[in-house]
Amino acid sequence: MRVEPQFLPSTEAVEPIRLLDEAGRLAPGAEAPLDPSRTLEALRFMMFGRAFDARCWSMQRQGRLGTFAPITGQEAAIMGSAMAADPARDWLVPQYRELPALLRHGYPVERVVLYRQGHPAGGFVPPGVRVMPYQVSLAAQLPHAVGIGWGMKLQAQSGVAMVYFGDGASSEGDFHESCNLAGIVDAPVIFLLQNNGWAISTPRSIQTAGSDIASRAPAYGFPGVSVDGNDLMAVYLVTAQAVERARQGGGPTLIEAHTYRMGAHTTADDPSRYVDPETEKGWARRDPILRVQRYLAQLGEWSEDRDAQWRKEIEADVDDAFERASRFPPPRASDLYEHVFDEVTPALARQRRWHLQEAAGGDEETG
Amino acid sequence: MSETRENLRALTFTQAVNEALRQEMERDGTVFIMGEDVAGGAGRADFEDAWGGPFRLTKGLIGEFGPDRVRDTPISEAGFIGAGVGAAATGMRPIVDLMFVGFFGVCGDQIMNNAAKMHYMFGGKVGVPLTIMTSIGAGTNSAAQHSETLYSIFAHFPGLKCVCPSGPYSAKGLHIAAIRDDDPVIVFNHALLMGRRGANVERDDVYGLHVPEDPYVLPIGKSLVAREGADVTLIGTGYTTLVCCEAAAQLAEQGYSAEVVDLLSISPLDEETILESVMKTRKVVIVDEDYPRCSVASDLSALVAEEAFDYLDAPPKRVTAPHTPVPYSQPLEALYLPNRERVVSAALSVLA
Ligand SMILES: Cc1ncc(C[n+]2csc(CCOP(=O)(O)OP(=O)(O)O)c2C)c(N)n1
Repeated sequence: MRVEPQFLPSTEAVEPIRLLDEAGRLAPGAEAPLDPSRTLEALRFMMFGRAFDARCWSMQRQGRLGTFAPITGQEAAIMGSAMAADPARDWLVPQYRELPALLRHGYPVERVVLYRQGHPAGGFVPPGVRVMPYQVSLAAQLPHAVGIGWGMKLQAQSGVAMVYFGDGASSEGDFHESCNLAGIVDAPVIFLLQNNGWAISTPRSIQTAGSDIASRAPAYGFPGVSVDGNDLMAVYLVTAQAVERARQGGGPTLIEAHTYRMGAHTTADDPSRYVDPETEKGWARRDPILRVQRYLAQLGEWSEDRDAQWRKEIEADVDDAFERASRFPPPRASDLYEHVFDEVTPALARQRRWHLQEAAGGDEETG
Repeated sequence: MSETRENLRALTFTQAVNEALRQEMERDGTVFIMGEDVAGGAGRADFEDAWGGPFRLTKGLIGEFGPDRVRDTPISEAGFIGAGVGAAATGMRPIVDLMFVGFFGVCGDQIMNNAAKMHYMFGGKVGVPLTIMTSIGAGTNSAAQHSETLYSIFAHFPGLKCVCPSGPYSAKGLHIAAIRDDDPVIVFNHALLMGRRGANVERDDVYGLHVPEDPYVLPIGKSLVAREGADVTLIGTGYTTLVCCEAAAQLAEQGYSAEVVDLLSISPLDEETILESVMKTRKVVIVDEDYPRCSVASDLSALVAEEAFDYLDAPPKRVTAPHTPVPYSQPLEALYLPNRERVVSAALSVLA
């Protein structure tokens, strides 16, 4: 008897789930999973995130802030998912492009200012805020999330871990190992992939020959879903379902949110050298903020007046964030030696003494 | 451009590396480059050349050699560095780019357990002529994971050669040497050096402005005397060689003649050049940006103490970063790095 090898069919990319079209119209027959007041709450964070980055960008250009990664274009992927998380019991595990999600979860905005200033106090997450620090070593946050979720499960808590990562990070071995482990232990983890088309200058097409990244999930024994990442309602819908399933013991989900980085990778990058302006224009038409505003306008919840009013308020909120950050004393030379260990070791204490003497004038403020 | 000499080519460090890569790829069809963003913008044909990595070391190469030899990889350091090991073991001469040395942990097994040990474990049958380029160094306001030096970790492993250029001339010569070497070589390029030109208009050698156009090799395993002196030896590596030269200039104003040894090769170590200088000056200050524990600086200090003890007028002195991660804050980072003042004061303390 001849045995015919059974090769698995290659998977085709599925059409991402979408609820709101570009004009902000709800798909026929669909119900909005977020009511107007929660939609407004999400929109406020989305608009704040964009305005805050714009301010930071100009400050960075003046040399007053360090390198950071803006979120422009990805606000719906970020807030659609974050709205499904409960700050009282769920953990957010970020990469570095999720600012408004962290704010909603309780990370104080002035700490973000400090972080971007390079101030040692910026990385401090206040007790009770279930947010892990930003992750710049790509994909290293993924196994952490598995441990967080698994730990909560072992303690019979109902929380889930929502971990964010990019299409670039999905190529690291950590992605595979995390998904595999999470599948085995049924960890309550939401793998929230922000596929923004780019990893610095490397397009998604070079990241993997696979059709899409969500389709990897079944191989790990849990569901994957592809969603329009510029559609607040759709991202919320799928994330809320995934969170619910995880809470019930149903294990992890991989959500691939298709979105677009509308600008530079970070302040150190110049995308005009590799991004096709036509492609970017196409994505500008799918702007996630405009889409929500158009949706709300149909409900009579949004108007030009309200838009102007909010922009004014948000600018004041941004001012306020910087003002509060400015009240922190500038870093001191002795901060170099803080937090290396829980307690400063005798050897480090000796080095510190010597260093401060040598830095002439002792522990002076540096700023 | 200075008119002091004809054909004076004051290339930046980056341009010198770029030229070395280009010339070696032209010379040898088995040489190819891969890494994250080394080509850049491959999504758009007319923009393919745009990026060339965060330090532009590979800029323009994809246009000349095509995407098969200048390859943007997925973000999979273990994958592409491991692929480099495999290709090197079977006839290619890959150059792989590890964007920042701080990411070595992701691909540590490929570097330390495989590239470093294959030749040894297979009885010398398998060579791994792999070149790893990576960027190192603080001073760019890039926080703790993008600012490390870490070469001492690699030097710890037998079987890995480690070199650290201090300027455009040594950058070109060491990259070519690394590519032609039959062992795995890691080239550590300091972020603060890459945009710079050579330091000295007067000199017409390694420490001059001029970078010869013809390919040349700087031997791996050799240190060089960047500045001759009689009273104290300052040893620098990469960027700290410049710091030592600045300190030597200041010491000269105070009437002391400092010799600067530019390590260039971290592994193997040129014990001869180091000991010769120290036995002559009888005093040594070792300047290193890496974490001080179990470091190149402590290794050099031990070498001098063991091999030249009887010649020393003072204990070897180290000027290093503190044993703490690199701070993100700019003012703290300035305090963190070894600088001219600290080297001068250390030198004065051994001269006293
Ligand atoms: C382990 C590791 N490798 C490489 C880098 C350099 N790097 C920083 S961001 C980035 C691209 C990340 O792309 P993606 O995960 O898609 O996230 P995005 O920036 O697009 O949001 C790269 C290659 C890094 N920080 N860490």
